Amino acid sequence: MLPRDLKLEQFAGYPPEARKLVTNYLGVLQQLPPSFAPGLLRELIDYDFKFPAERKAREKELASLSALSAGQLKEWFRGFAEIRLSAPLEDFDWVKSPAQFVEQLSAHLWSSHQLDAFRKASNDYADRLRAAVPPELPPIPRLGITVIGQGVESYDELLFHRLRPHGAYFSRVKPEDGLRRLLDSVAARAQAHPAPYGHWYIDGGEEADHVPALTCVSYKALEPARTALLHRIQTESARPGMGPEALRTLLAQMRPADLGMNKVDDKSTDEVLNRFEVSLLTEGSGTQIFSTSFAQWAAREALRRAQPLTLLVRFAPRQRQKPMNELLSAVAARPEFDFVGSLIDADMGAYYNWLNQQRLPGAEQSSFLVWFEGHGQALAIGPSMPRGTESTSVADLGQLLAWTV
Amino acid sequence: MNLRSRPYNHSELAKRLARTRRDFLRDAAGLTLGSTLLRSPWARAAVSPSKKKVVVVTFGGGARDQETFAPEGQANIPHLMRDLIPQSTFFTQVVNRGILGHYVATASLATGVYETINNFASLPPQSPTVFEYFRKDLKRPSSDAWVVAPSNGFNRIGESSHRSYGAGLGARVILPKHLLTAATSGRASEYQHLLRDNYETPFYAPQLEGNEFELQQLELMLKLSVEDFKNHAQTLSSPDELSLYIVRQLMRQVAPSLLWITMHDIDIAHAGAYSLYIEGIRRSDRLCSDLWKTIQNEPEYAGKTTLFILPDFGRDSDEDAGGNGFQHHRTGDVLSRTTWMLVAGPGIREGVVFDRAMDSTDLVPTLGTMLGFSPSFAKGKPIGELL
Repeated sequence: MLPRDLKLEQFAGYPPEARKLVTNYLGVLQQLPPSFAPGLLRELIDYDFKFPAERKAREKELASLSALSAGQLKEWFRGFAEIRLSAPLEDFDWVKSPAQFVEQLSAHLWSSHQLDAFRKASNDYADRLRAAVPPELPPIPRLGITVIGQGVESYDELLFHRLRPHGAYFSRVKPEDGLRRLLDSVAARAQAHPAPYGHWYIDGGEEADHVPALTCVSYKALEPARTALLHRIQTESARPGMGPEALRTLLAQMRPADLGMNKVDDKSTDEVLNRFEVSLLTEGSGTQIFSTSFAQWAAREALRRAQPLTLLVRFAPRQRQKPMNELLSAVAARPEFDFVGSLIDADMGAYYNWLNQQRLPGAEQSSFLVWFEGHGQALAIGPSMPRGTESTSVADLGQLLAWTV
Repeated sequence: MNLRSRPYNHSELAKRLARTRRDFLRDAAGLTLGSTLLRSPWARAAVSPSKKKVVVVTFGGGARDQETFAPEGQANIPHLMRDLIPQSTFFTQVVNRGILGHYVATASLATGVYETINNFASLPPQSPTVFEYFRKDLKRPSSDAWVVAPSNGFNRIGESSHRSYGAGLGARVILPKHLLTAATSGRASEYQHLLRDNYETPFYAPQLEGNEFELQQLELMLKLSVEDFKNHAQTLSSPDELSLYIVRQLMRQVAPSLLWITMHDIDIAHAGAYSLYIEGIRRSDRLCSDLWKTIQNEPEYAGKTTLFILPDFGRDSDEDAGGNGFQHHRTGDVLSRTTWMLVAGPGIREGVVFDRAMDSTDLVPTLGTMLGFSPSFAKGKPIGELL
């Protein structure tokens, strides 16, 4: 099927807000190349369950495209138009299942050696879009905080070495009540600058007490969903004919209710957040078994999708490595923790959290703090922090944060 | 600092990456920059072609510069830096232009053609493998070409579906984990650490089909009783260590002329735990050094064996917003496509580094020229600096 043949009735199965958006922009959707349109529909079909930042981005993208002349559209999508699709892809019902189409398109691009061309077309498109719709700066500078090393008594190796060139290292931080001070600071920001899904707290273990104004995701709270997912994976993997592609498709179609996360009559359910949490477990790799992978991926996805003003990520110890079969078997044995390994994972995770924050608009004004939990080492990055420096000033984490932001 | 992903010139970035590797190596290991005008003394080497042996080691799951050759990564590869690289010719820019999945990429390395088979299916390569060229052209028995591979998915790597080659002309394939599972009847929990699965698709392992080595042949060919195998396996810490144990036994008892080993401990990176990825790199570094020592100490191999070590491809860079850093190799960016190759052995110049771009598919034609067979369907070119 080609985009030019798109008709409104084909979108009858889309959720109401998504359907409304497609209705408003059907004309421009019909003009898009077949290698591009399904990817856009993959975003639109879940529009009702997207974060505000994602919704706004899609609306602006569609408005921007609809303002282009036919000639401009042709120029913008020249690279995508040159991508050759296979016959099965051309016949695919991508309106109904855009995510599955994109998955198969990806395999086709690799095997037909068109991946580089597709990457270039994507980069060119992103640049044009960025020029046409400049990213909106956040109302306040972003703040990222990462807490690493929970449970580690001592560690003699160098920490934060990837981040040190970008900020100031503090070696005499007072660790007392450190997490509480950080959570209080984050709560104060959330209350002073309320924004839906604007202030986040992600915990790789059990979440600490926090104000409701924070959007919270934790590894511990998702334990029942993780267990349900692993059981489902095991059952499905054992079925004849079940290969990795089919399993991935199945995972992509999972909804919170499939993992027992919300009941139909529960009015307080946050479907947007629940779907986000399911996606962390079904799309992330290692997030089902290692809490450090979970915390890093959750932070990455929260930054990419929700573009929060504040993000506090606390890493927790992950279980020791065991054979993958055993890790995936979801046997409820008491896990044995790898504390130092988890610290090394989290140190790298902190770097990735900062990198991903810097990809968002307003990066020049953003601040970032990483702290070795329970210890005196921290590193602060921000417009007011001299880069590549070290400080022996004595300060608690509240003070350090005040200097950083 | 704004790190938004930007468009790039692919070949320019690849060259820059290669230059950086060369500089790292020159600084750390004292290598000299080679010139393509220089010819390898291979032709002058005293070993007769019929006695030459080749061992190829590929890593399923590459390691990036910052965890290996860059100054901050060199602590992870002490054996390569101190022992192997100074004795080797090192190529800094080996580009894989194919599909970045471990099985299909290894198949591409082994055929010299960018294979397009399903990475996750139990399928043979479509083009003839190096093992088939070697055996057919040189009339070698099946005992002279072997593959030791990590997971069930690799069981068909030894023999293609090509109608001019294929059936009966390929390599023998040993899957040590499969062997251990059979030896322990799948019940012994003390071996579980050696049976880690394919990290690329941890939820799935294809059924075995093909020419794999059976448990009954352990004693017959490798002179290893099931009990000794199980006992020794208990002393090992990873699947790649198990592979190397089998390789040593194979070298002593069978001494194949063409031996291909695929390691994959590094690929634990897919689970997202950085510390485990680093552990995998350090272990691979040690195992490569152990293998080189074995080659030098085994009479059948000493002085007549060329060792090739190369990752099948790289891993995603931290800078590409489409990936998640070290965890995967999904973006197809320069870092994930560009890797390196180390070659050591008689007639191979020592301590030389070449930074010109070469292709993953150049390996098979190079082996063909070295060993005297004609890989007529391979697409790459022989590497002049080695010949």
